[in-house]
Amino acid sequence: MYRYDEQDHKLIRERVAQFRGQTERYLAGELSEEEFLPLRLQNGLYVQRLAPMLRIAVPYGLMNSTQVRRLAEITRKYDKGYAHFTTRQNVQLNWPNLEDVPDILAELAEVEMHAVQTSGNCIRNTTTDQFAGVAGDELVDPRPYCELIRQWSTFHPEFAFLPRKFKIAVCGTETDRAAIRAHDIGVQIVKNDQGEVGFQIFVGGGLGRTPIIGVAIRDFLPETHLLSYLEAIVRVYNQLGRRDNKFKARIKILVKALGAEEFARRVEAEWEQIKDGADQLTSEAITWAKRFFPEPEYKTFNASHTEAVLRDHAGAEKAFARWLERNTFPHRVAGYQAVTLSTKPTGIPPGDVTDRQLEAIADLADKYSFGEVRVTHEQNVVLADVEQEKLFDLWQEARKSGFATPNIGTLTDMICCPGGDYCSLANAKSIPVAEAIQRKFDDLDYLYDLGDLDLNISGCMNACGHHHIGHIGILGVDKKGEEFYQVQLGGSSNQNASLGKVLGPSFSREEMPATIGKILDVFVENRQPDELFIDTYNRIGLVPFKERVYAKAS
Amino acid sequence: MPKPAKKPVGALPENPERVIIDRAIADNTWNLLPLGGEEEITAETLAPGKVILPLSVWLELRDQLQSRKEEIGVWLDSDETADLIGDAAEELPLIAAHFPAFTDGRAFTAGRLLRQRYGFTGELRAVGNFMRDQLTYLNRCGFNAFAFQGDQPLEGLLESLQDFSDSYQAAADQPLPIFRRRALL
Ligand code: HEM
Ligand code: SF4
Repeated sequence: MYRYDEQDHKLIRERVAQFRGQTERYLAGELSEEEFLPLRLQNGLYVQRLAPMLRIAVPYGLMNSTQVRRLAEITRKYDKGYAHFTTRQNVQLNWPNLEDVPDILAELAEVEMHAVQTSGNCIRNTTTDQFAGVAGDELVDPRPYCELIRQWSTFHPEFAFLPRKFKIAVCGTETDRAAIRAHDIGVQIVKNDQGEVGFQIFVGGGLGRTPIIGVAIRDFLPETHLLSYLEAIVRVYNQLGRRDNKFKARIKILVKALGAEEFARRVEAEWEQIKDGADQLTSEAITWAKRFFPEPEYKTFNASHTEAVLRDHAGAEKAFARWLERNTFPHRVAGYQAVTLSTKPTGIPPGDVTDRQLEAIADLADKYSFGEVRVTHEQNVVLADVEQEKLFDLWQEARKSGFATPNIGTLTDMICCPGGDYCSLANAKSIPVAEAIQRKFDDLDYLYDLGDLDLNISGCMNACGHHHIGHIGILGVDKKGEEFYQVQLGGSSNQNASLGKVLGPSFSREEMPATIGKILDVFVENRQPDELFIDTYNRIGLVPFKERVYAKAS
Repeated sequence: MPKPAKKPVGALPENPERVIIDRAIADNTWNLLPLGGEEEITAETLAPGKVILPLSVWLELRDQLQSRKEEIGVWLDSDETADLIGDAAEELPLIAAHFPAFTDGRAFTAGRLLRQRYGFTGELRAVGNFMRDQLTYLNRCGFNAFAFQGDQPLEGLLESLQDFSDSYQAAADQPLPIFRRRALL
């Protein structure tokens, strides 16, 4: 992974010192609330219902075990002994004291971490596929490009006060696991007919109160021009994006207002002027960036031996077989497999882990996966390079630490925002709904039979829980001061991204598990063999679901 | 204790008596004319001395004011883009860019374009409601002069220009981004 050099260390230390000064000025009354706000946001600190929260950047979701251990220590020393993995592959602390934040940032800086630009109207942490570098269907490893984007966007002097927040995601595979069409800019790595690497560029995606799927404004951008093209897009947005209304300030609104063609024309015109400038990714620069993501020292295995070992273990332990089926992902190198540690056992807020669990993750990473850890946008944790012959040992250890719930990709592997328990913008609580659904559908055979199913929950239309792009989306709404939930069906975050459609009138919290049950019944009754929920939905449409759910009791 | 900068009073920049120019405190020798005064500004009625004209006025009077070229500057409001001045920037002694609010970051783009695209070498001045915590970024976008509003003691603000000793990107102050410099090592 990328390692800091002396310049990175110095810049991050200078940033911590700068923020320490700003915090002191704020506490001394020299900076007003209004002035301190964007400064603290750009250092990851925002204030919520119960306390300040600190969002720590995990560049494209990648951490080493030393960093994870440091996070564990920080949660113990400055917080309540737990942390939260977010849908943007970051880590969040829910209870730090404002006065302690500069110290926390200094401790993070020691292990090459920071909270820079994790919040505020600036370019945020770039995200990507959690299986980057190991996925079999990968065209090119996206991580070197993510790192170059990180360096280009960090402390970008021109783009620190944009109309609104700005998120970039990169995908190097055909199957989009990074939801790039739900980002302000989505970068899809492609190859042209000559086999040259380049990028397809999407703009204007986003969720929130006006959900929009991004549109492609360029089908092939040569590799060397990635950063100049990003700069052109953000520059056009910085000049023309609306600043009079916060709810109309995202780039998606500008793209809609101008039309994608006109927006693209302006970007191209700007880019023409800068494309041959300093931001070019020269071949030296690309080689330099790639150096940080070398292939780990993989061993060679005897395939039939590995297979036999796995078969034995799976035969002996049904629970292991299930876990193997759901929580592991094929690796491009023979003898290896990627493992997803589930942070979603029933009853725990999705994405929450304790300090001890963080340490357990670090230990597992050291023991089984070259000391590296990845955070997924579904709020789980991936160990990407595990020897297949050690999967059984890993499973036993993961089970002890509470990470082996074999539910990855199933209904109970939900994305869920903090909702009304923590968030002052919420219309309704979201975590208790997630829990009630997990409790109702705890039969693993049933869950596996249902197959891959994304259920996403947000406590309000800001859509932190990505409800628009869940196959089943749940949205908290307020009806005369009472908490209700609207259900949407048919959303999707992958390469066929789509937004869910509202099923009908909303439900009370008590009605939710049964409502989901009825939806699943319709699916099971109509499904063709092995069909996924989303495919059945696309085939039969909303009506059969609607009829069942709202049928008058007879 | 220094007072915080004033809230935006309206859409118009102030013209304080003292400013920071090239990392030193200096008297403000320019007179910034806000928009929307009572009388129409014409080449004849324009007071003598150094003046900073609103873009629209400058566009109208620039030809008539050729003989006073050395003492005519322009200020851009945040919704006015640098290309409206364009290559004429090369000839101007001063351009000011206005921050109606410190969160309105359009002037950062204007600054870079004036310096890096339109060859502007004169004084590039931030006016309006920007704040000291933006000084390094402003500096990187080509601003070398800062007209702070309110009664902030300028001496204390100078040090914010030193917050960072290096940078990741190419900008008005740095021809090569860090990854290109590193790749050369
Ligand atoms: C706890 C208090 C939180 C508050 C008050 C909050 C607030 C918001 C708001 C206002 C938006 C919409 C912004 C917009 O559309 O421009 C938003 C979007 C978002 N939030 Fe949060 N959030 C909170 C927590 C979280 C957490 C913990 C996560 C991660 C798990 C998260 C992930 C997201 C994401 C991914 C979006 C993006 C949706 C998009 O692309 O527009 N938020 N949040
Ligand atoms: S979706 Fe709404 S309720 Fe949930 S965290 Fe975001 S702002 Fe809060």
